[in-house]
Amino acid sequence: MDTATATLPNAWRVEVFRRPSVDDPEANHLLGAVQELGVESLQGARVGHGYLLPPALSREAANQIATELLSDPVLDEFTLYAPEELPAPNSTARRVLVAKKAGVMDPVALTIARGLKRTGLGGSAADAHISTFTAYELMGELSDEDTALIARRALGNETIEDLLLDSEALPYGPPAEGSTHGRVEVPILEADDEALMKLSTEGCLSLNLVEMHAIQAHYREAEREPTACELETIAQTWSEHCKHKTFAGVIEMDGERIDNLLKTTIKRATDELDKPWCISVFHDNAGIIEFDPASGWDLCVKVETHNHPSAIDPYGGAGTGIGGVIRDILGVGLGAKPIANTDSFFVGPLDMPREDVPKGSMHPRRILRGVVAGVRDYGNRMGIPTVSGGVWVHPRYVGNPLVYAGTVGLIPRSCADKEVRPGDAILVVGGRTGRDGIHGATFSSAELTEDSDVVSSAAVQIGDAIAEKRVLDGLLRARDLGLYRAVTDCGAGGFSSAVGEMGEECGAEVDLETAPLKYAGLSPEEVWISEAQERMVFAVPPEKLEACRAVFEAEDCESAVIGTFTDTERLVLRWHGEVVADMEMSFLHDGTPKPTRKAEWSAPALQDPGLPMPSDAGAALLACLSHPDVASKEWIVRQYDHEVQGASVVKPFVGTRADGPSDAAVLRPLDTTNAGCAISCGANPRYGLLDPYRMALAVIDEALRNSVACGGDPEHTAILDNFSWGNCDKPDRLGALVLASRGCYDAAMAYSTPFISGKDSLNNEYRVGDETIAIPPTLLISALAKVQDVGNATTMDFKEPGNSIYLVGQTEAELGGSVHFDLNHPEGAGGTVPAPELETAPRAMRSLAGAISAGEVRACHDLSEGGLAVAAAESAFAGDLGAELDVSSVPLGELPEGYDADATRLFSESCTRWLVEVSPENEDAFRARFEQTPLTHIGRVTEAPRLIVRGTEHATLIDLSTDELRAAHQSGFQG
Amino acid sequence: MSSPLAIVTRTAGTNCDAETVRALELAGARVELIHIHQLLAEPQRLQEASMCVFPGGFSYGDDIAAGRVYGLELRDGMYTELSNFVAAGGLVLGICNGFQVLTESGILDPPAEATAAGSLHSAEGRQIALHANASNRFECRWIELEVADTACVWLEEGQRIPCPAAHAEGRFVVRDDSVLERLKTSRQVALRYVVPTEGDTYPANPNGAVDHIAGVCDPSGRALGLMPHPERNVLPWNHPQWTRRGAREEGEGLAFFRQMVHAAAPVSV
Repeated sequence: MDTATATLPNAWRVEVFRRPSVDDPEANHLLGAVQELGVESLQGARVGHGYLLPPALSREAANQIATELLSDPVLDEFTLYAPEELPAPNSTARRVLVAKKAGVMDPVALTIARGLKRTGLGGSAADAHISTFTAYELMGELSDEDTALIARRALGNETIEDLLLDSEALPYGPPAEGSTHGRVEVPILEADDEALMKLSTEGCLSLNLVEMHAIQAHYREAEREPTACELETIAQTWSEHCKHKTFAGVIEMDGERIDNLLKTTIKRATDELDKPWCISVFHDNAGIIEFDPASGWDLCVKVETHNHPSAIDPYGGAGTGIGGVIRDILGVGLGAKPIANTDSFFVGPLDMPREDVPKGSMHPRRILRGVVAGVRDYGNRMGIPTVSGGVWVHPRYVGNPLVYAGTVGLIPRSCADKEVRPGDAILVVGGRTGRDGIHGATFSSAELTEDSDVVSSAAVQIGDAIAEKRVLDGLLRARDLGLYRAVTDCGAGGFSSAVGEMGEECGAEVDLETAPLKYAGLSPEEVWISEAQERMVFAVPPEKLEACRAVFEAEDCESAVIGTFTDTERLVLRWHGEVVADMEMSFLHDGTPKPTRKAEWSAPALQDPGLPMPSDAGAALLACLSHPDVASKEWIVRQYDHEVQGASVVKPFVGTRADGPSDAAVLRPLDTTNAGCAISCGANPRYGLLDPYRMALAVIDEALRNSVACGGDPEHTAILDNFSWGNCDKPDRLGALVLASRGCYDAAMAYSTPFISGKDSLNNEYRVGDETIAIPPTLLISALAKVQDVGNATTMDFKEPGNSIYLVGQTEAELGGSVHFDLNHPEGAGGTVPAPELETAPRAMRSLAGAISAGEVRACHDLSEGGLAVAAAESAFAGDLGAELDVSSVPLGELPEGYDADATRLFSESCTRWLVEVSPENEDAFRARFEQTPLTHIGRVTEAPRLIVRGTEHATLIDLSTDELRAAHQSGFQG
Repeated sequence: MSSPLAIVTRTAGTNCDAETVRALELAGARVELIHIHQLLAEPQRLQEASMCVFPGGFSYGDDIAAGRVYGLELRDGMYTELSNFVAAGGLVLGICNGFQVLTESGILDPPAEATAAGSLHSAEGRQIALHANASNRFECRWIELEVADTACVWLEEGQRIPCPAAHAEGRFVVRDDSVLERLKTSRQVALRYVVPTEGDTYPANPNGAVDHIAGVCDPSGRALGLMPHPERNVLPWNHPQWTRRGAREEGEGLAFFRQMVHAAAPVSV
């Protein structure tokens, strides 16, 4: 582009670069990233941070702002350009400028505006528009194609950012005003099926024909056309994301009619178990369980997915994912204090050749780096430790990665319930409303296509963590002063869902023009369904309104009354006095037609390949340790502040060098009690592809055995279900969902472990050319357990030479979906998926928990991906000690043909098994606990740092140094 | 005798206030947690306190640079009051983001003209900074601190404190070598990361700080800033290897606060 003719921004431009003598890690990092893209010609890079300041400032004022606020006197140098001044041409570098698109959230600009106001540096121009950009100066013989490739793949994301290549024409100013309007009626009364579906698709309503018919019938009865606002409200409220129509609908499978899968499996288990320590289950923003009755504090937990936004903008999608689930915790009961975050990611192969990545998708590495950075920047800024999670890799996540984020909170028992009374003010607190995140709820209920990144950019939200921190600080203070009666978060569907849910029983009136806006020009529908982040809605009694708003004001947190809860049982929306929607709450919430879906399932036709003893079992173990699901995630965990709040007892990494992966995180959240909580999870998409029922049993067992290994009380443990599935309108996907749900019921009943909350994301498919690819059935189970005394919490690192090592549990030839098969049968393999023996597994959990709480256990590590071999290796290198094991006496069930006994002992992933280190003085007591559970003494901890494993007839199967084991575990992708 | 009062400040993005308050209370202080906007409006409240503490977090998101906006707000709003407070015997502590804020404000290493005038109006004379970690990443890991030969009034040379570091911009740097010499001479280098004598000093020094410096104090030794978090190692179960060791009464970080509270005398400005 010819820079001379382009429009230069009418703003003071400040560009801040590191001084040449100062090391610039950001530029060094960029060089590495570009090399990975295969561009060899980049010789050097500089990264500059740019700012556009109001043209009304004097040169002196602009210079002062650059000196005092925007640059560092030791590290930086800056250049100031006058409004519309062209930066001096740079003959040695190609410049690429990356700027947020107009209207995209820019937290730094907001901070600068506040800073200018607080310090007086901005003078009378402090209110004018400010924007930021990044200036990259790339050195070397770069072709136009290379520059464009670097810009798109390493510098910016065109969904939310403008990339300027060799152009200085930065955008400046608020977004152009849209064509706002008042009441608009949408003619549907006479529409035929084709017209109805056209309206649903083009309006991004994601409603099916049956639902469109129900709406049409409703308005025919009312003898009028619906308004645009009403249709949008129905679409949001009835979306799969909000209503869970699949789980709540009717399913026919194998001649059986299932009316409401959720109620007949997952919730049913909770109802039948009827635990007195379950305080609030399923109906609020999070589940609540009792924690410390003496002081009146309970624990709450919620896990959410944010899959589709993260596919398009990994950083923003994951950041707002964690931001959203934190708001769920702020919005449970009268609000809870977040004490821990969790995150789990499911992505495509990290070593996938670039040319194999489908069009319209990002490389799995870029996605993983982006989502990690998103969780890091949001969670760390909120001051909530991210303590637990995982990464799973499978080719079918390439076009549709999964991002799960969870939050645990502390809540006083007296704050567990909320109510809304007619006459209460509707107070919105926090961020302003903009056009961001329009149709997020309906978008998340649709399939991703090659063009999703183009057409859905409006669905992307960018977070501003500090705005949410202000809300948190104000909310907990207002709660403790008793200044409101109810609160909920603005999540999917924005105000429409928040106000609609809170007013469901009574009614609500909203004056949409009173909502604080980021910029002018929004239509009433946009205000109503915007998913702009960091907003909460409160029901405030009129007499407390002033005091409540003052609390938020003191936190520099904006609030506005946008309406009133009524006793009309109607939802009335006005726009500058004109009624733009007037509907019965009952139709909105109960009018959803119940579809009947067909379900079926048949196992994939894959042969069990059998398990011979590998020619080199040591090499097979090293391969397992470097499998992406097993290999160290330290590069991720270190980027999260897992120590903030000062409550960590068992950390994500433990052992002498802090490199042993913990089974669970343990926190001591209250100073008034030594009780704590353990947080763990379980998932396995490879199991899910082969056998969804056994997968559900296995991942529940995994979450529980992880928790028990660290000291969790299995009799005071709650679990959460998060299903990410393919399109459940297709019978095979739905069949797998039915089987997994039945597994959830059976396992929850067997372990006496209730579900207290859950969420589903059921349209995770993506189109590549003519083919539609569904993700593997992915059930993430999260467990939250009470630890009766954190002083007895246990870690997985071997502690002392001479101590005995026991294997708890029964080993079977269960290699289906295992890491060992995944590594050795890239073409796919069948085999039996691991599943716990439900009759005996709960007893094993209780026996082990008893031993741990009695202080009889020095180290405990659960056996999962990679089996006994991997668990022993991890415990050894974590403790910087060795182990001599003889597995020949490990009892086995019946072996199928082609299975070697010792190989099965080493690599089977059978459930409900742990490796336990016991010191001599506790052995008798420990052994006595396991009379009804298989317990095998398999060896001792040694001083010499080697893992030596012998098998039948004393054959040495594995003899490796802990350095070799550690190196394999750390050999994976490092970000 | 009533226990000395510590004012703990907070603003949008402060997030280590609760554990900092807890550590000070366990160490025997009375604590008032105050929003900085309130303190800026009533700086005379400092007169009742013997300690003023700036906890960790991401003040204002650490937008532009860590601690930049908060540091500027502090310098413009109460530099004089804060330096008078220190001159009168008050103790000032900044942890992590608090260290970044104190550095930005100029209070830890005031230019000579600021000391003479009792006020500071520009960043231009600043000679120390907290730069982006060499790894270009936020990192959370346990490190070990060792107290240097320092003017800091509550630290004992050779004392070792294991505790977590958790930051993205914690690399202590100086404008040039002469500044480092000056800081050593004036005994302002207070804390260093304990690094192995051979081989890589990363990650023992988690950010690449010059001379492995983790904390510095002002020339009087009564204002201290450090990147790592002693307030996160006050309980018997905080240490990452507590399950490998025998029973303990408390974490090593508590002594840091106990010594501070002990050194804090009632102040009259």
